[in-house]
Parts: sequence; C-alpha cells; structure tokens
Amino acid sequence: MQLIECPWCGPREEVEFHYGGQAHVPYPDAPAEVSDEEWAHYVFFRDNTKGRFAERWCHSAGCRRWFNAIRDTATYRFESVHRLDAPQPHATELARSRRSTAP
Amino acid sequence: MTSPFRTAEGGRIDRATTLEFTFDGQTHTGHPGDTLASALLAAGRHQIATSIKLGRPRGIAAAWAEDPGGLVQIEEPFPEPMLLATTVELHDGLVAHGLPGQGRLAEISDSARYDAVHHHVDVLVVGAGPAGLAAALTAARSGARVALVDDQSEAGGSLLAGTDRLDGAPAPEWVAAAVAELAGHPEVLHLQRTTAFGSYDDGFVLALERRTDHLGTAAPKHVSRQRVWRLRARSVVVATGAHERPVVFSDNDRPGTMLAGAARTFLHRYGVLPGREAVVFTTNDSAYDAALDLHRAGVRVQAVVDARPVGSPRREECERAGIRVLSGAVVTGTQGVERVTHALVARFADGEVGAGSAIACDLLLVSGGWNPAVHLFSQARGRLRYDEVLGAFLPAEELEGLSVTGAAAGVFDLAGCLADGQRVARAALTALAVRPPGEDRLPTAPEPVTPAAPLVLWRVPDTSGAGGHTSFVDLQRDATVADIERAVGAGLRSIEHIKRYTTIGTAHDQGKTSGVLTSGITAELLGIPVQATGTTTFRPPYTPVAFAALAGRDRGRLFDPERVTSLHDWHVAAGAVFEDVGQWKRPRFYPRPGEGMEAAVLRECVAARTGVGILDGSTLGKIDVQGPDAAVLLDRLYTNMISSLKVGSVRYGVMCGVDGMVIDDGTVLRLAEDRFLLLTTTGGAAKVLDWMEEWAQTEWPDLRVHCTSVTEQWNTFPVVGPRSRDVIGAVFPQVDVANEAFPFMTWRDTTLDGVPVRLARISFSGELAFEVYVNPWYGVAVWERLLGAGRPCGITPYGTETMHVLRAEKGYPIIGQDTDGTVTPHDLGMAWAVSKKKPDFVGKRSFARQANQDPLRKQLVGLLPVDRRTVLPEGSQIVELHPDGQLPPPPVPMLGHVTSSYRSAELARPFALALVKGGRSRIGDTVHVPVDGTLVPVEVTGSVLVDPEGARRDG
Repeated sequence: MQLIECPWCGPREEVEFHYGGQAHVPYPDAPAEVSDEEWAHYVFFRDNTKGRFAERWCHSAGCRRWFNAIRDTATYRFESVHRLDAPQPHATELARSRRSTAP
Repeated sequence: MTSPFRTAEGGRIDRATTLEFTFDGQTHTGHPGDTLASALLAAGRHQIATSIKLGRPRGIAAAWAEDPGGLVQIEEPFPEPMLLATTVELHDGLVAHGLPGQGRLAEISDSARYDAVHHHVDVLVVGAGPAGLAAALTAARSGARVALVDDQSEAGGSLLAGTDRLDGAPAPEWVAAAVAELAGHPEVLHLQRTTAFGSYDDGFVLALERRTDHLGTAAPKHVSRQRVWRLRARSVVVATGAHERPVVFSDNDRPGTMLAGAARTFLHRYGVLPGREAVVFTTNDSAYDAALDLHRAGVRVQAVVDARPVGSPRREECERAGIRVLSGAVVTGTQGVERVTHALVARFADGEVGAGSAIACDLLLVSGGWNPAVHLFSQARGRLRYDEVLGAFLPAEELEGLSVTGAAAGVFDLAGCLADGQRVARAALTALAVRPPGEDRLPTAPEPVTPAAPLVLWRVPDTSGAGGHTSFVDLQRDATVADIERAVGAGLRSIEHIKRYTTIGTAHDQGKTSGVLTSGITAELLGIPVQATGTTTFRPPYTPVAFAALAGRDRGRLFDPERVTSLHDWHVAAGAVFEDVGQWKRPRFYPRPGEGMEAAVLRECVAARTGVGILDGSTLGKIDVQGPDAAVLLDRLYTNMISSLKVGSVRYGVMCGVDGMVIDDGTVLRLAEDRFLLLTTTGGAAKVLDWMEEWAQTEWPDLRVHCTSVTEQWNTFPVVGPRSRDVIGAVFPQVDVANEAFPFMTWRDTTLDGVPVRLARISFSGELAFEVYVNPWYGVAVWERLLGAGRPCGITPYGTETMHVLRAEKGYPIIGQDTDGTVTPHDLGMAWAVSKKKPDFVGKRSFARQANQDPLRKQLVGLLPVDRRTVLPEGSQIVELHPDGQLPPPPVPMLGHVTSSYRSAELARPFALALVKGGRSRIGDTVHVPVDGTLVPVEVTGSVLVDPEGARRDG
C-alpha cells in the first residue's frame, strides 16, 4: 500500500485518498459558446499518459482537501504534490519534459 | 508409543516435559520445542499422507515451510486444514491426521479472536538468523526504532540447526545474548512465530504472528490467536535465508527422502535421527555437514554420492570418519513401498548415467544447492538475476528502502552473513540519516572454508523406464518432469504458462522447492539460458494465511458499521421490520400481529392518505452550507434557481453531472441570506457533499462558502396526511399552522418545552405534511409527543416501503432507483425544475446536445397492469406487440424497464413507474411486460397517478 503525501496532513496510506483524474482541465468560461465537440472533449475526453501525469487527488478520509500531484502512471510513483493555492507545474512544462525524454 | 529415533541428548527441546498427541488415531509423545514433524520422526514415522492425484505415499521432506509433502489436518483443539507437520508446534492433546492435498474447513464457527496492529519503525529486519540478528543489533544500537520478526519459535535461524561456534562457544549462546540485548533496547520490537508474508509499496510489510497456536487448549481465551502486523518501515532488511533445492530423479517422492539440511535441523534442533542408514546425494559441499553430523550421532552413512566428477575437499574428512564418498555418481531412483529401502546409485559423467547398484538405506538425503529466499524482495518488484555458479536467482538491483542480506543475498558462510548483516544495516541507517553506532562488535566466527564449486544439476536422466513420469518436480501437485516435457511439447515457452499448464508451484508451498527446478528443467528442454526462462512472479502471501486472520476483528457486527437513528430502540420495541439503506437500519414497515408486509403497507398507506402517518426520516442527508457566496455555489450546482429563494422558504432542487444526468435531488431550506440547509437522499448524502467540495475547492476557490454534514445533528419526522395539521397544531400551539400563515414550502423555528424545533411544510407524498426537525437527544421525546397528540386521529407510524408507495403514486422518482445515470431532469418530466434564466449551471450545456433532444429518449411514465392484479417485478423489460398481437421476431426490441412497482391502496390496484422509450408520447397505449413466461398487458399513463392536480398538499 503506497504512502501518498497530502500537502496538508503529510504521508498517509493510499486508501485514505481518492483519485480525481487529470488535473488542469478547467470548466469552460462560457459553456454556451463552445461547440458540441469542444464540450464533449471537456466532459468525456482525458489524456491517457504513460509516464509523468498531472492529476487531481482528494484526501477524502482525512482533511477532505483536493490537491494536485505529478505522478508516473507507469511506476505509480508520486513525484510531487501541490496545494491548489500554490504555483502549479503546468501541462506545458510536462509536455516539454516528455519531449526531452522521448527517444 | 516410544520415540526410538530420539537421541539420548541434545536438541532444543524440553525433555523434562512429555506431551501426548494423536496422529492418524495413534498416540505418540513428544516434548515442548518439537514440531509435529519432529515428534513423528522421533517415533519413526516419515509418511504423512498420500498424494493428491496419484495416491503415492508422501512424507516429511523438509524441516520448515518449504516442505512439499507433509500436509495435515488438525482436528483438536480446533479443526484447521492444510497445515504442514513441519510448522505445527507440538502441544498436549493435539489431534491431527495426514491430508492427501485437500482439507476440510471447520463446520463450527471459530470462537478464537484475531486482530491487527499497526506499527511504524525506522528499520524492519525480517529473519533472526545470523545476518538478521547482526542487522537488528546494529540498528538497535544506533537508537533507531526497530522491528525484528522471525517465523520460527525462537531466534537463531540456521544457528539452531548446526554446530557453529561464535566467540569460541556454541552459536546459540551468542543468539541468546543478542536476543537479551535487543530486549534491553526500548525502541525494539522483537516478534518470534511471526511470518512476514507480504512486502508492498513504501516499506509496507504484512506479518502474521501466531500468538497462541503453540499452546493448544491451554491458550488463554482473552489473547488473540493470530495477529496481523501492518508494519510500515522506512527501511526493510530482508534476511530470510535460503531454501535447499532438491535434485529430481525417478521415485524421488518416496518417504524417507529428505533435504540434507533438514536432517541436520531435525538432529540438532529437535534431537531426532531421521533414520538409521543414510545415503547422501549432493551436488555441493553443504551436504557433507549433514553426512558428518549424522555419522557422529550414530547414523550409518552408507555413502555420500557426489555428482561432481572431482568431488569435494571434504571428501577426506568423510573418509577419515569411514564414510564412503562416490564422486561422479548420482542417485537415479529409489526402491521401497512406503519408505525408502534402497537408493539406486550410478556413475555419472558428462550428463550420461552409467552402470549402477542399489545401496540399502532408510534415509535418502538430497542437496541440489540453495535457493535464496528472495520472495519479499521480488514481491517489492525487485529484479532477479540467474547466478550460473549457484544455479539460483539472486537480487539483481538495489531497491530504495529495501535491502537483502545473508543467504537471501547469496552469502552462505557464517562470518560473511554476520558482516553482511551489519554492513546492510549500517547502510540503511546512513540512508535514513541515523548515525550508525560506534560500538558495534560482531562475534568471532571461524575462518570460512572455501567450498568447491557446486554442480548445477536439476534432474538426473530417467533410466527407470518411467519416462519422467515418476520424477517429481512438485510433489504436492504430483507434477513431474514428463509434465514439463508435455507443456514444452505443446508449444509453451513462458514459465508463467508452464506453471499454469502443469500446476507446478500452485500448491500451499507456492513452489518453494519446485520453482527454480522448473525454470532450470524448462530451460534445458528449450535449449535456452535459465536467465531467459526466469522465474514466475513471486506474490504474497509467502506462506498461507487464514482468512480469519486477515478479517481480524472485522467480522459479524463489526464487518461494516451499522448506523441507527436515535429512535432505533423505539422502532425495535414497536416490532418494526428493518431494511438496510446504505449503512442505515431503517424500519421498512411495522406489522401488527398476524400481518404480512403487504397488509401492513396497505394499512400504513391508507392512514397517511386518509388520516395521519409519521415516519422516521432522520437518515436523510443534511448539509449545512454557509458563507456570503453560498447562494452562488448552489445556483451553479442545482438546475434551478436557489438565490431567489426567500429566507424562510424551501425549494425542491435537482443536481446534475456535467453530462446533464441527474445525480441527486432534494430540498433546500434558506436559513439566512448566507446560510442554507440542503436535504439529500439517504444514500446520496456523502456523495453530494463530496461533489460540492470538489467544485468549491477545485473550480471556484474564490467563492467564500463552507459545507459540512449535519445529517447526524437532526432527527427528521415527516407527519403526513390530511390530519397532520391537527397533530402539529396540538403539539406546537404557539405556531399558526393555518395554510395562509404557514404555506407549503416554508419553514418555521419554534420550541417545545424550551427545545428548539424546526417545522417545514415539505411533502414527499402529495398529502398535507409537516417535517419536524429536532436535536436527536430529544428525538424520542418529540416523537412520542407527536404520537400522543395524534392518537385521537389514529396516527400510524410507517416505514420506508409505505414512503416509497406514497411517493411513487405521486410520480416522485428515487434517484438511483428510477434513474441510472443516463436520465436527465427532462426525462423525468421535470423540465419545470430546470432554470431557463440562469446563464449556466453544471449540466446545462449538455442539455443542448443532440442526443438530449431525441424524442425517443427513455422517459419516466406510469404503468397500470390491465388485469388490475399483477405486481410487475421491478427490472422487468417492456416490449411492444405487432398490431396482429404477435411478438416481433427475436431479438425483440426492448422499450425500457420497470423501475418501481407497488400495490396501491389508493388506486385499489398495482401500479408501476418505468423508463420507456418515447414514454410520454405513448401515454394511453398498451405495451407488454413479460412476467413468469406470460405477457402482461399494461397501460402507459402519466407518472402522477394520485392527485395529479395537487389538490391535497394544503389539506
């Protein structure tokens, strides 16, 4: 059972957390103005990354706070966790690092 | 019975105490410190059972958990199947018998206690042999928090099974001193009889402690029988030793055939001679110790058969003792029926077997080398590499936070194990930024003798004519070399496939002796390197663990928490029949003497529709939402407008996911400009709170709003029916209950004898109704006051079943029963609850998608069986007949399904709610529902079957 570092509570067992999918998928500013396809992408489509991935997690059986994490989906290792009010490593940064490690 | 094979002295048994036990109906004796296996060997008994498929005699083949042969069923003190005679500690009154590979679970319930303990340490050392003890001492001396667990009854590991000396004294003396020193460190937890059976992420190790099994009937009842230790270590040191590996030859399963090291253990630890005349078959030097030790103890060692052409530097030692050493020779088979009588020995050179002869013996010891016990390392995803010299798999990498030492890491000499244990512990401490101890002396061990290189030999070519069918690889599964040949012949290449095809390694021992042999033999057959074959995946548990131990205290009533309202005892006294709603126990109905559910529910429904009924609705979810932006959050999450709600008023609301599908519904009370009380469904309470938190925290952190669950802070009692106003008016005379003063969908605060009470005009039945909210501390008192005041009107407590019938008659859906995550508010006929004024709310954009405009979407409608008799089973499919009255050809199109179905007192007939394709356009049509093989015609109606005008809600 993995330990996950809650940015508020410290390391806790993974059963205390629940997964919230890909991070940084903002709710559209004006949903009425986006096309059906754009809306469908917001509702249904997410990246399926192998490797470093920015994710949302919630310490649901603890402080009940949401936070973001960079996790490797191949090794399950958490690289870093981020409070929502802290600067976030951005998807672009991730994309850059992915490119730099690509063969 | 006597113990003719017990030595005159020696062993770590308490000879002053005699224990009596029964095996296969025969009474034997033994001593504290014995295992069932050692006591049986002392009595001269090797055979334990017959094999699972072939019925061949099988005996004790090893001295601990790696034994593939000696499975027993315990009958007394408590029935337990599939234990190994080699790991069952002897106690007085033990009754057991051998098992042919299959046991029998107890037919009586297990009254023993099982529990679990969480424990956190800096360093966890698994194994209390020389390497583990050295590591634990170093870690303890640094002041670190340490746990040392070991699966045997006492510490020492291999030191208990040999003649090693440390600091010039017998090694067990050093073991005792080490254990005493560890006991003096306050931060050290030392557990014997504790098997680390699983190693997981981040230093998480599960271990099973057998606390009272060895005490038999003397076990104190208040002590848990077994305990699961949930150990979390910053650093794990695996010092689990090695398992001796057999060599496969024809008829190698005959009782009396045993691993060479096991014979040493039986001799030195238990004071037992496993035979009188022994042949020792080896590929390496370690078995010479067994030959010499048994010789000194009085066993006639007929020959040491060494497969290596040159033999061993220890040959002379044997010959001085008068033991014949045959180099370049192998054992090709055995003779005997239920016990070995002869070993068949033959010349062996360049993989070819030459001429041979039979040597008489009652004990055949075998050593094919040693397999490091890498299980915990491998479970933690450590990679293994094949070592050509040892013929075994070793850890191939360093894992963060987990290191392997001693024989488990391929270190086989005593001095080396001690030094390696210390080195690994010091490295672990350094990695944890703990200063290793300054004073950290190791005992002096004799200079190791460099052994001659072992020969890697998996199997002796079968010259018996049996074609490998009696050359057993996995004794417990009766799987042979011929089975592996058949698997390879069938085209299998992967060791995982071969394991499953042959079942090798799938028995209780999980391939401890057979796994590496299978890799080696498979590699030989395929003509590929053993490294390429690899091993099968090591998975927990290392040894079998009883489900009772894993369940621990989470059994029976403690399996899942039961939630009850403050009225629970009242409900029980009133004879309520309960149903589970999530974790809640809710009264389903209150039968009177002689009444079944149907009669009780009809009676309760009549009371609520014509007089007055009362329900314990306290399980309804309640969420307190506070903050200047509370209304903004609710406007964004509910489909309808909440911000326009006046303080003192109530509104029904629906919540949807971003996909526009209904996820919950309920009512909202505005308590103040900046405060709301949300009522959710019983089952949806936690989910709705999570949903609100998710949006508030992740999407709109700028909103100044806080949400908290207050479900347990309020009892809720709906008082329902045309006479409810009389009851509420009588109990709360200071409240003007007239419709104009206290209209529908408003709430009022009042008091009852100084206790704050909130009243709300909310109706889930269509009738005039008041919900009464009170602190649960006063719940029973208020409930009884309401009952007292209602007695003249015949107030009737009703349960969830009546609540469901009443709401269904009004077409009020239950989210999760009448919906399934594909249903929009429009599908439910609730377009009125979807705001057209709000620019946005969660789900709104999805309503505009094309699929949501489809007139053939499934819609909620009512169904009335034409026969006025049939109660349609919930979940029934709905079909449409051709105009000629025939079913369409299969596959018959399904129009939808029945979601709720009840008998209605009000309608004097059964009715149902259903989701039906284009349902609202079918109102008035007749469709069919197959019930028990016949098609029941049903009329499609609107979903509101009782009081569609809403005339009753104001009384």
